Amino acid sequence: MNVAAPNSGFLRGVYGGYMLLFFLYLAAPLIVAGVFAFNDSNFPALPWNGFTLKWFFGTESPKIGMFHDSRLLRGIGNSLYIGVIVSAMAVAVGTCNAFLFERKQFPFKGFFYILMIVPLVIPGVILGISILVFASMIANGADDAIGIELGMLRPGIPLVILGQFSFLTTITSLVIAARLRKFDTTLEDAALNLGATRFRVLSTITLPFLAPAMFSAFVVAFLVSFENFNTTLMLVGPDAPLTITMYDRMVKVGSTPVLNAVSFFLMVGSGVLALLSVLVNRRKTEE
Amino acid sequence: MLRTDTGRLSLILLFTPFALWILLLIVLPQIGIGYLSLQVKLAPRVYEFGLANYFEFLNEPIYWNTLLRTAWISVLVTVLALLVGFPVAYYIAKIARKRSRAALFLLCLIPLWVSDLVRAFGWILLLRETGVFSSLLQGAGLIGEPVELLYNDVTVVMGLVYTVVLFMIVPLVSTMDGMDNALIEAGYNLGGSRFTVLRRIVIPYAMPGIVAGCIIVFMLCAGSYLTPVLLGGKNSMWFTEQIYQQFITRYNWEAGATFGCVLLAFTSLAVWLGLKLTGQNLASTVAKD
Amino acid sequence: MFDLQCDNLTKMFGAFCAVNDVSLEVPSGSFFSILGPSGCGKTTLMRMIAGFETPSGGDIRIKGQSVLSIGPNKRNVKMVFQHLALFPMMDVGENIAYGLRCRGDSKSEIKTRVAAVLDRIGLAGYEGKRISQLSGGQKQRVAIARCMVLEPDVLLLDEPLGALDLKLREHMKIELKQLQHQFNTTFLYITHDQSEALVMSDNVAVMNAGRFEQIGAPEDLYRAPSSAFVAGFVGDSNRWSGTVTALDRDQVKVGLDGGATLVAPLAGGSSGQGGGSSNTGRLSVGDTASVFVRPEALVVTPGLLPDAPDRNRLQGTIDSFLFNGANSRVLVRTSRGELIEVDHRLDGGLSRESVGQDVTLEWPHAGGICFKAED
Repeated sequence: MNVAAPNSGFLRGVYGGYMLLFFLYLAAPLIVAGVFAFNDSNFPALPWNGFTLKWFFGTESPKIGMFHDSRLLRGIGNSLYIGVIVSAMAVAVGTCNAFLFERKQFPFKGFFYILMIVPLVIPGVILGISILVFASMIANGADDAIGIELGMLRPGIPLVILGQFSFLTTITSLVIAARLRKFDTTLEDAALNLGATRFRVLSTITLPFLAPAMFSAFVVAFLVSFENFNTTLMLVGPDAPLTITMYDRMVKVGSTPVLNAVSFFLMVGSGVLALLSVLVNRRKTEE
Repeated sequence: MLRTDTGRLSLILLFTPFALWILLLIVLPQIGIGYLSLQVKLAPRVYEFGLANYFEFLNEPIYWNTLLRTAWISVLVTVLALLVGFPVAYYIAKIARKRSRAALFLLCLIPLWVSDLVRAFGWILLLRETGVFSSLLQGAGLIGEPVELLYNDVTVVMGLVYTVVLFMIVPLVSTMDGMDNALIEAGYNLGGSRFTVLRRIVIPYAMPGIVAGCIIVFMLCAGSYLTPVLLGGKNSMWFTEQIYQQFITRYNWEAGATFGCVLLAFTSLAVWLGLKLTGQNLASTVAKD
Repeated sequence: MFDLQCDNLTKMFGAFCAVNDVSLEVPSGSFFSILGPSGCGKTTLMRMIAGFETPSGGDIRIKGQSVLSIGPNKRNVKMVFQHLALFPMMDVGENIAYGLRCRGDSKSEIKTRVAAVLDRIGLAGYEGKRISQLSGGQKQRVAIARCMVLEPDVLLLDEPLGALDLKLREHMKIELKQLQHQFNTTFLYITHDQSEALVMSDNVAVMNAGRFEQIGAPEDLYRAPSSAFVAGFVGDSNRWSGTVTALDRDQVKVGLDGGATLVAPLAGGSSGQGGGSSNTGRLSVGDTASVFVRPEALVVTPGLLPDAPDRNRLQGTIDSFLFNGANSRVLVRTSRGELIEVDHRLDGGLSRESVGQDVTLEWPHAGGICFKAED
């Protein structure tokens, strides 16, 4: 018998019912957002007019599918581009940070550790405006002082990347540091003792051990970047990533089932990525 | 000698990216908006140093009313998320069997993988006048005409709880997972009632998780933008929306920076208070893996 | 010829002296152990020899050459770690090949060498196995093979048996000794387990608080300990403390608190041949001294016998029997309240029914050993 559970059957039933209700609450909007992508109607609403894939592959107006909607496609392209670059940067710096805080001793380490966590507790909107303001100050300063226009410091993809990088690095640092903490440093001593150079120890022993954590940090960073809205909104220029494009469409055109199609695509995509990350980590940790 | 030199070199190499990141993307930009908020516009391109932007914030009731409203809804959402999330976390950590535990936990995380925008979009499709609920209720004959369930405070609160409850459940599950069932058994064995065991054993044990969850949820809530704007509509009166309007719509960056500083000061104060009152520290609550 | 020499080696961590002026010489092809309680500095000593720590003073020589300026990855001293430190992401073959690859051997040569060493440790054909598929003893052998394939001058072993269960540990002791014979390499073995050190070693150094107390063959340490610490740490001992009442050449008379008097030879005297840094030399009347007596030196005789001039006698009662096969013991409570361990001889005429019976403990004067008590 599990002492933690209620011991009367009735209470257990009530508890089970509550859990069911909770998961229904979690799933309802996602199901609705996904299901209407397949409804053969011009509006994502009841009644159900039959199954269709036009909202994915359709070519005739008004039912132009997402794969033939150039603005949405460009949004996906921008999001992919931003996501890959920002995740790679965040994993690289996060790995450095993990080694810095797990392996090195230096003055004011506790204070710097707090600084490393701080980006997580600054609201995303504020991160966005502060980077916007700071970049503009530098750009204006450069313009006034030496007459050079630094285009990359004006709203656009480079600033979006910097903005997302500013808080994603905290996440990747924490994920990678947690794995590095579990590393048995005598493995490094052993490799050194067997004649390996420091670089060889890093590349054959330590980094292979960290690889699954670096991979899942990359996946998490990529997903968060892909779906980020608040920080991106403040920094976005003419090349908008997918979430901003969708938001624009939603506000200006109103909801159409093509947005459901995009939602469905996003859910499947991130589901697959997340599952992959779980599998990689499970296989690696079982060894 | 040689080895301490390489040690120092690698320390410098590791510290540089960290320092550049924190300095250029966090510290200096924050100082930047602080500086901008103290710039008072006299004429185009003519500024004076002063607190006038902050006085304007205080003198305009709509501004600080929006802040207060944001604050109290955030508190309400935090409390509701704890009440809704605690039983779920307890079930996952203590009642579910080993096998289903991982599955339930993953199920809880699924919405996390989906964009805020998609979730809000789903709620809109469910709750608007032509939405699924309205149609179903009409079909069942419970109401005669379409009913608008969007654009009210209850919906905003419900939507916010939905977006943040996962961040409450995750730390709760990871703390309670570590609790030995023998503690509960000992509680009963020594004559405790169900309620005493919950109040004196389970809740104190879960306290670090509760604090961590509440802080994260409050922060996310006060800084959220999409959910209140999309579910609350035109008159949602959310503080981040004010910031956006000042920056993008009105192009009044000084006022926007001022609002940003106010929001940052306010959330930092709330986090600091939460940590002080419960005797926790930032590193142990937020950075727990 | 010595494979490994340490001269006045010292290591300070801040103000704390982990290793204090230690010197040792390990003859080629011998099995040398360093025995000491945890925290005595033996691991630091080994890490200095392997090159992971830099000594604060002194010199380390391998085959006569100082290695202080050589990095840990260039010394021809290989190490078996406490928890073996086999690389979990590689299979058995890759683990053994790791050092050869670092050295830059050719692929075909690595292959033959790995196969040869696996054959020698009785694990032929195990190249493709994962580390997690091996038993505790097999892992042990792979860890040794990984080092031996590089033909080191000295193999360091840092308590490698600590993680094994008792049965396997007993077995591995013998196997390690055989492996050492087979490879004919110098082994330097660190342990806190005296039976491991005594069983396997040609020579043992007993270490305490950063210093060597005594270096000698296992039987010398046992029969002629040069300090109270060695007498107490190596093998079982009964110990009495008292005040020196008389000194007669090498014999010391020690008066116990209860009034009885024990006679024992002074350590480092004519009977003691173990050298080392003995600090018990100067003893005078009135000093506090400790007398150590091994359980097998004691004889239990029924009845209360009077004192005798040629032997020590103490009166007591049988307290309990501790049966453990050949190592069975009798506990005797003396009239002064101490519990004394005595080897139980099956022909001694005592049995479980004797509990409570009055007895006399006796042993010849030469059966014990006396040290000046440490402050």
